[in-house]
Amino acid sequence: MTVSLELELQSYVLLQLGEHRFAIAANQVAELVAPSRVFCFPHRTPNIEGVILRRGRIVPVCDVGEPLIGKRVTSRRYYLIAVRLYKTQSEWVAIPVTGECSLIHSDLNPPAESDATHVGGWLSHDGHVIQVLNLEALIPAHESDGLHGSRRQFAEAQR
Amino acid sequence: MQTAHRAKSVPVPTEQIILFWISGQLFGVSSSAIQEVRSSDSLSGPSGEIFADALNKVRQITKRGDTTVYVVDGARHFGLQSTSGALVFVLRDTRTALLVDGIERMTTMTRLQALPKAFRSDERKWYRGLTALDQTVVPIIHPEGFLTPEEIAELDLSVAAKKLHLSDSSEETKFLQ
Repeated sequence: MTVSLELELQSYVLLQLGEHRFAIAANQVAELVAPSRVFCFPHRTPNIEGVILRRGRIVPVCDVGEPLIGKRVTSRRYYLIAVRLYKTQSEWVAIPVTGECSLIHSDLNPPAESDATHVGGWLSHDGHVIQVLNLEALIPAHESDGLHGSRRQFAEAQR
Repeated sequence: MQTAHRAKSVPVPTEQIILFWISGQLFGVSSSAIQEVRSSDSLSGPSGEIFADALNKVRQITKRGDTTVYVVDGARHFGLQSTSGALVFVLRDTRTALLVDGIERMTTMTRLQALPKAFRSDERKWYRGLTALDQTVVPIIHPEGFLTPEEIAELDLSVAAKKLHLSDSSEETKFLQ
C-alpha cells in the first residue's frame, strides 16, 4: 500500500451488538470502559437507560440496540464512550456493546438514498460489509439543541 | 507556624439543596425555591371533583392569600408508583405545591451539570440539571416544571367552572378526587 493511499483511509472502531457489527469513526470515540453503575431517574426519552459517572462527568447511557438490531442490549461487555456532536459543543454518550471492539482502517462508501438516516456509510472489512453509524441521527437531540443527523452534518463530522 | 503567604483559595459557588424522596426516587430542589414545607395532613379538606384526565396529577388545591395553589402529586408527575405523600413543598414564585414522601436531608451542591442533550423529552422541563453527590447522581427539579402556564389556565377554568369557592383562609384546601 502506498503512503498516499494509506492517508486516504480513515480509522473506525468496530463494535459488537449481539450477532451484528457496526462501526463508528474513531475520532468520535473517547474511550472504552467496563460497565459501571447506571443511575436511573424519571425521564421520557426512549432508549436512554440513565447515566454513569465517568471522570467527573455525568454521561447518558444510550441503548442503541432497538433501532439497530431490533431489540435491547441486555448483556454488555463495555460501554463505548462516543462523542456526540451538537451545534456548538460535543457531549459524551455511553453506548453498551456486547463484545470486543477493534480499530480498523478503511475507506468509507457513501450511504444510499434508501438507507436509514443513522447509516453514515458502509465499509468493507474482513469479507464483511459493515454499517458506519451516524451518531447524530442515531441519538437525536432536543430540537433547540441543533444537529439532527443530516448526511451533510455527518460528512462534516468525519473530517 | 502559619506562613504569611498562604495561597488564596477561590471560593467554589455552592447552593443549598433539599434532598427528598418520591416513591423511592431521590430528587433535589434548591432550598431557596421552597416557600413552605407542610404535612400533607394539614391540607385535608372537603372532596371536590377531579380535573381533566390530562391533569390528574393535580390532587388538591389550596389558597395562599388570594392565590390558588395547585398541589401536584410528584409520583404521578414523574410516572412513578403511586404513594400517599407525607409532605407538601409549596414552591416559591409559582402556583404549584409538590406532594413528596419525605425529606432525606439538606446538603450543599457545588456543581450542577446541565441535563445531557441526549435527554430530549419532558425531563428537560422537569430538571434544572444533575448533580453528583456521594457517588450518586441526583436530578435537581425545576420548580416551574410541574405545570405549564397553559395547564394552570386550564386548571383555573376548571375551578371556576366547578364553582369550587375556596374560603379566604390560607388553611382551606379542597381535594379534587
